Amino acid sequence: MLKYKNPLMVLVFSAAIFSCPFFLNAYWIDVINNIGLYAILALSLNFIVGYTGLFHMGHAAFFAVGAYTAAVLNTSYSIPILLLLPVSGAAAALFAYLVARPIIHLRGDYLLIVTIAIVEVVRIALVNNVFGLTGGSNGIFGISRPEFFGLTIRRPHEFFYYIWSFLAISVFLFYMLERSRFVRALNYIKNDEVAAEGSGVDVAYYKLIAFVLGAFWAGMVGNIYASKMTLISPESFNFWESVILFVIVILGGSGSIRGVILGAFLIVGLPEIFRQFAGARMLVFGAAMVAMMVFRPQGFLPPLPRKYATHKIKPGDETL
Amino acid sequence: MTLLSIQNLTKKFGGLMAVNDVSFDVDQGKIVGLIGPNGAGKTTVFNLITGNYVPDQGEIFFNGHNLEGLKTHKIVSLGIARTFQTIRLFKNLSVLENVLAGCHCRMRSGIFSSMLRLSFQRKEEKMALARALKELEFVGLKEHMDLKSMNLSYGNQRLLEIARALASNPKLIVLDEPAGGMNDFETQQLVGLIQKMQDRGLTVLLIEHDMNLVMRICEHIVVLEHGALIAQGNAEQITSDQRVIEAYLGIDEDEE
Ligand SMILES: Nc1ncnc2c1ncn2[C@@H]1O[C@H](COP(=O)(O)OP(=O)(O)O)[C@@H](O)[C@H]1O
Ligand SMILES: [Mg+2]
Repeated sequence: MLKYKNPLMVLVFSAAIFSCPFFLNAYWIDVINNIGLYAILALSLNFIVGYTGLFHMGHAAFFAVGAYTAAVLNTSYSIPILLLLPVSGAAAALFAYLVARPIIHLRGDYLLIVTIAIVEVVRIALVNNVFGLTGGSNGIFGISRPEFFGLTIRRPHEFFYYIWSFLAISVFLFYMLERSRFVRALNYIKNDEVAAEGSGVDVAYYKLIAFVLGAFWAGMVGNIYASKMTLISPESFNFWESVILFVIVILGGSGSIRGVILGAFLIVGLPEIFRQFAGARMLVFGAAMVAMMVFRPQGFLPPLPRKYATHKIKPGDETL
Repeated sequence: MTLLSIQNLTKKFGGLMAVNDVSFDVDQGKIVGLIGPNGAGKTTVFNLITGNYVPDQGEIFFNGHNLEGLKTHKIVSLGIARTFQTIRLFKNLSVLENVLAGCHCRMRSGIFSSMLRLSFQRKEEKMALARALKELEFVGLKEHMDLKSMNLSYGNQRLLEIARALASNPKLIVLDEPAGGMNDFETQQLVGLIQKMQDRGLTVLLIEHDMNLVMRICEHIVVLEHGALIAQGNAEQITSDQRVIEAYLGIDEDEE
């Protein structure tokens, strides 16, 4: 029984989530949808902050690039927004590659400052309509809805299935990655960069790829967000959004998928439940962060140790 | 046959000549010792070999490759693995995963094959696991494989660094004070282990303060003092070398 505890938890959680549309109204489904979007965004940030331990507080910039790529191409060229999903991802990934490359060697606090600057630069560029494409501070409106085989996704209940299926697929793929040499390499870097390089890990490359992969996913979420809102403006991608994502990862559990999802529920969901105390949100936020750092620095649900099928290895087996 | 050739290697830190025009060869299959008083520049030589530092002058050839300008991970994949004088393990990861780090550079699977768990990726993971277990068994840490590495005893942490290095399938392994912090019994075990590495066909270059150990297992010994090479030869030649006695062995005895 204990052996199946984790798959059972996943099953129970999935059942609970996917039963939501049957008893929640549109308002609460929209809250759940937002939690889902933040969860995917935070999971994508988790590659950089969680697995690799890089202080990156500019993730909203990648989210913005994805959203604007989708919005511009959809409104100007009428390309179906769903087809633009990988394009949004690729644009954000390319952007991440270009901005991360020169700063990848920076450490801790220096990297933090530069990534904060990136998100501000992107926002200001969008406000000032730099390429004449982004509509300035008004943003872009009239973005079309996603269509699956002639079925248009419009209502929160419909977006629910889109967003949470996307989340489920992402979680599955990321879980696979966690059990590969890719996330292991990121973890080695987080633990000790010099030892990682000295053991044969191309540290600069893996840090860059963490950024690129994280940005790819954030860009795709940007696409979903654009089609959900049909209107995007620079204010949706400000520094505060980056901070929220960062906090979700740290509070939930750095490098832990289940932790990050829990973090999204806590950070995005709780304020909705306690709406009457909305004014005290920042205060509670700050206090919660301080308390966590003191009492549970690894987050609510830190990563579990990975399991390896060592019992399946027999003495004569082929080795690397 | 020469596996590693160090030629006129020089490294300055500000005004300090940490390594001054040092040349020596390491022959294939030999156990070679690099000795000298504290601050003589031994670790710096290692850091130059492994690409952690860039030499001011001189060249390093390994197995037909000029190592100039190569990054550390590239040098590891060419076949030089190292351990650190101050232990550098991945503290929060398991003993097994520490060893798997060494396998990384011999693996090919990328993001896509891992996300989709393609059959070649699974096969590669399994082979890496088998390799890691083999190396853990080799150094005698297999029973501790699920522990977090920071919970190992000091001596075992040194052994784990060796296992991690071996997992990268090196031709040359460079050990920076492997017996540092080990008790007599552990040091004895280590001697056996280093000889077993040689039996496996590995070439070993080691820095060590335990003269007893060095004289027993090193077939060739290189002596540094103030960054300069002052003598090299076999144990007998080194112990009878006047400069070595004055510069090194003498000082050491005074200190003790
Ligand atoms: N990164 C560095 N920066 C400045 N000085 C260094 C650095 N690394 C080593 N040194 C200096 O170089 C000299 C040789 O050091 P090292 O190679 O560690 O000696 P050993 O390993 O023989 O004890 C010492 O004086 C040390 O202080
Ligand atoms: Mg040293």
